[in-house]
Amino acid sequence: MSINATLIGQMITFALLVWFTMKYIWPPLFDSLEERKKKIADGLAAAERGQEQIILAEKKAITVLKEAKERSAEIVTLAQKRANEIVEESKHNAKLEGDRLILSAKAQVDQEIQQAREGLRQEITTLALAAAQQILGAEIDKSKHQDILNKVSNQLG
Amino acid sequence: MSTEAHAAEGATGYIIHHLTSLSVGEGFWRLNLDTLFFSVVLGGVFIWFFKRAAEKATSGVPGLVQNFAELLIEFVDGQVKDTFHGRSQLIAPLALTVFCWVFLFNFMDLFPVDILPSIAGMMGVEYLRVVPSTDLNATFAMSISVFCLIIFYSIKVKGPIGFAKELMFQPFGPWMLPFNLLLKLVEEIAKPISLALRLFGNLYAGELIFILIALLPWYIQPLLSFPWAIFHILIITLQAFIFMVLTIVYLSMAHEDH
Repeated sequence: MSINATLIGQMITFALLVWFTMKYIWPPLFDSLEERKKKIADGLAAAERGQEQIILAEKKAITVLKEAKERSAEIVTLAQKRANEIVEESKHNAKLEGDRLILSAKAQVDQEIQQAREGLRQEITTLALAAAQQILGAEIDKSKHQDILNKVSNQLG
Repeated sequence: MSTEAHAAEGATGYIIHHLTSLSVGEGFWRLNLDTLFFSVVLGGVFIWFFKRAAEKATSGVPGLVQNFAELLIEFVDGQVKDTFHGRSQLIAPLALTVFCWVFLFNFMDLFPVDILPSIAGMMGVEYLRVVPSTDLNATFAMSISVFCLIIFYSIKVKGPIGFAKELMFQPFGPWMLPFNLLLKLVEEIAKPISLALRLFGNLYAGELIFILIALLPWYIQPLLSFPWAIFHILIITLQAFIFMVLTIVYLSMAHEDH
């Protein structure tokens, strides 16, 4: 139980251990610690950036939504206007078409009336002549009385 | 403390037997083989563990070994950064080595006192002291190494003249030169001695108490040795920590100009 040469042996061992730790153990472990620290810091920074970007994106999304709403409202207004226009136009067209149809129907009716009138006139002329022949009892020369006949016929027309 | 006188029998003989080193040689050139053996083996354990961690070190997700190694590294590095404000490649690895080695020395104390000596006895080794830090040689080896580093750094940082001036003119100025020198010398020499004796004393006393408990009847032993062992877990860590912190403090004092 006294100081002896063990001391020297222990000192050498100690020196070797310290040297080895300094050379091969401390640097790699410490470097990896530092590197991980950096990684974590970077990760946190990235997360923060991401958060900021989310906020920005949300703001942007709100603007975009607002714009889209305005735009859609505009489109709806335009569409309503256009629809009204179309309705008006088709009403107008229908009216024109109706008028046209009425006009052509009227023309046809007039024509038919004309024809009927013409037919009646002929018939009446013939009947009148026959009646006159009966009344007068004498022959009426068609060629002699053409003028009279024409007058009557005209009065009927 | 003449533990060499191991002729006595009974309780005294048992205690003395436990406290006698396995040694060869005579006089100063006696070598305590058990101290050397265990300290080298424990140093090997320390190196093996940390080397494994260092080889596999990644900055990604750490494994169990790396995690533990990093825990210690960060702990030691934190202590060094708290105390030591200069730049040094040596001081942090030195502190780590001191802490782990001393801790492993002390940890041997937690093995039941008779196990390893009995096994050694069966193999024909008569004496075996398993706790290197109960050997003054081991504790002084470290504290003297640290002392050498203190002197080295004092001279390196302050210059031979600066260091001499500090020894002679502080703390009371040039007119009290002899007194200053005496005070400073005592202060410097007290460092390694207190460092070594504190560790030695604590562990020696702890070991002695384990041995004394082992002398008691078997049914009382667990009652005492269990709480003592639990308490000792604190002691061995604390002593390793104190040794490390004081090493850092002394070296940082060596680096600082007053």
